[in-house]
Amino acid sequence: MLQHLAPITRFEKVADNVYTLEFESPDIARLVEPGQFLNIKPGTSFDPLLRRAYSVHRVRGSRLEIIFNVVGRGSAIFAGRRPGDLLDVLGPLGVPFHLDGDYSSAVLVSGGVGIAPMPILGEALAARGVRVVNIHGARTAAMLIDDGRLIDPVFATDDGSRGTHGTVVDALAGFVTDHPGEPFRVFACGPNRMLEALGAFCSTHGIALEVSLECQMACGIGICQGCPVEMADGPRKYTLVCTHGPNYDFDDIVLSSLPSVH
Amino acid sequence: MADTSQTIRSATFKNPVLTASGTFGYGLECPDLVDVAQLGAVVTKSISRKPRDGNPPQRIAETTAGMLNSIGLANVGVDVFLAEKLPALAERGATTIVNIAASSIEEYCYVLERCEEHEGFSGYEINVSCPNVKDGGLNFGTNCASVADITRELRRRTERFLAIKLTPNVTSIGEFARACEDEGADAVSCVNTFVGMAIDARTRRPKIATITGGYSGPAIKPIALAKVYEAARAVKIPVIGIGGIVTAEDAIEFLIAGASLVQVGTALFVEPEAGLTIARGIEQYLDANGMRSITELIGSLDTSLQPSLVAAGWS
Repeated sequence: MLQHLAPITRFEKVADNVYTLEFESPDIARLVEPGQFLNIKPGTSFDPLLRRAYSVHRVRGSRLEIIFNVVGRGSAIFAGRRPGDLLDVLGPLGVPFHLDGDYSSAVLVSGGVGIAPMPILGEALAARGVRVVNIHGARTAAMLIDDGRLIDPVFATDDGSRGTHGTVVDALAGFVTDHPGEPFRVFACGPNRMLEALGAFCSTHGIALEVSLECQMACGIGICQGCPVEMADGPRKYTLVCTHGPNYDFDDIVLSSLPSVH
Repeated sequence: MADTSQTIRSATFKNPVLTASGTFGYGLECPDLVDVAQLGAVVTKSISRKPRDGNPPQRIAETTAGMLNSIGLANVGVDVFLAEKLPALAERGATTIVNIAASSIEEYCYVLERCEEHEGFSGYEINVSCPNVKDGGLNFGTNCASVADITRELRRRTERFLAIKLTPNVTSIGEFARACEDEGADAVSCVNTFVGMAIDARTRRPKIATITGGYSGPAIKPIALAKVYEAARAVKIPVIGIGGIVTAEDAIEFLIAGASLVQVGTALFVEPEAGLTIARGIEQYLDANGMRSITELIGSLDTSLQPSLVAAGWS
């Protein structure tokens, strides 16, 4: 892991209350793998005190990009930063998605800003010759994040205003029906409710599911012990989302032990 | 270059900056960022007889210029610590102080005696003051007689450096510091976290699972500093100052108030290298002020301009 000041190169609004920040960070860009995150200081003051953890959305050359919505004081500060500003970045952190295995297709399921790790994940899978499909859902069309960074996206809206009329689980069910017998894995990131529903569906259908968890963090590097998730089957009761996660086989964790972040 | 080192019994601290227990894991987690050998010392996470899982989520909450924690003394237990963590720390060249937590005197003695069989560390810090654990209602740190008993029993069992970490959640920390000194402690660490609380007004729920937790960070510095000043004036043994230290200047305030050493905790969550930065800053301050040794700074608070207040009992 490294810590350094990264100059912001781009700031973009990609949806209502959803923003991307791109910054120059060649050493971290070289190291980062899909599903890893960065812990970034909102400002130079002691208040807000803690860094904020964001998945890496995309890597372009020596530049990293994060995507976020404004939900509190830290994210509000990030939404005010502009190209030329310096970001104090610590990373890459966490264990990446576990990509090894015998599968020819992958379905990347995201809800809201759970879209965060999907572009970098999709690229890595495609580079391994895996066929990638994205399913991205929201309550209504206006809340979808269509920032052009997803491979082969299928959208789902609860109100049917765009794409599949239903949840991402409904869209995944559709995919299963259309591709019978094809071995594929699911990678997912989004609200805990979405992950629970997805977990139940994948369990029923014997589909491997890896989820990327969002969790309130302080240090992000395993020294404070502040970010536990309960494990379903030992060997220890908890593991730390920042160092053992954030990416877990859904069956290994007790998702209900994790409070929602907002 | 000023001399910032101090030796207290078996422990030689190359500079006065230690990492606080519970804020730096086992000193092994971020080798790329921090060369632990350059710290005054690493104080380990509290070790208990058996491994502890810790409290359920939510364990942490940010507050204004600070945070609450209720980790619950999650640790690997003394067996794994001695077999894996301690040797690894020694290999990194750290000066290590082992912090011990327990829920009975027997347990403190057991863990200490297990450690006594090993090499590769400089001494102990005894956690009598964790606010985040409810083990049969035992909370030694607010009972002066209990703190004295624990100190006495542990003092008998080791020749190594022995510090007692006190809770600020008492009326008179000076009284507790004196009790530790009387029973032979080499130092007192002041202070552990304050009891704090935060509520989510939207959901009307506490922000951390245990409702209240330990409060730390820059926000507590003034109240921690006052406790350190009180403790340092009550005893002759060294006081290790802790509470909200983020910069070298913060640390220097504690040294001026009477602390001989300091610990940095919450700051490490934001700046893992803070301990090293602060150590360098203290050295620069000594040089800039023509002080050849850190002993010239310790307890150098100048209250001469307040003679009438001093006379009225304010000092």
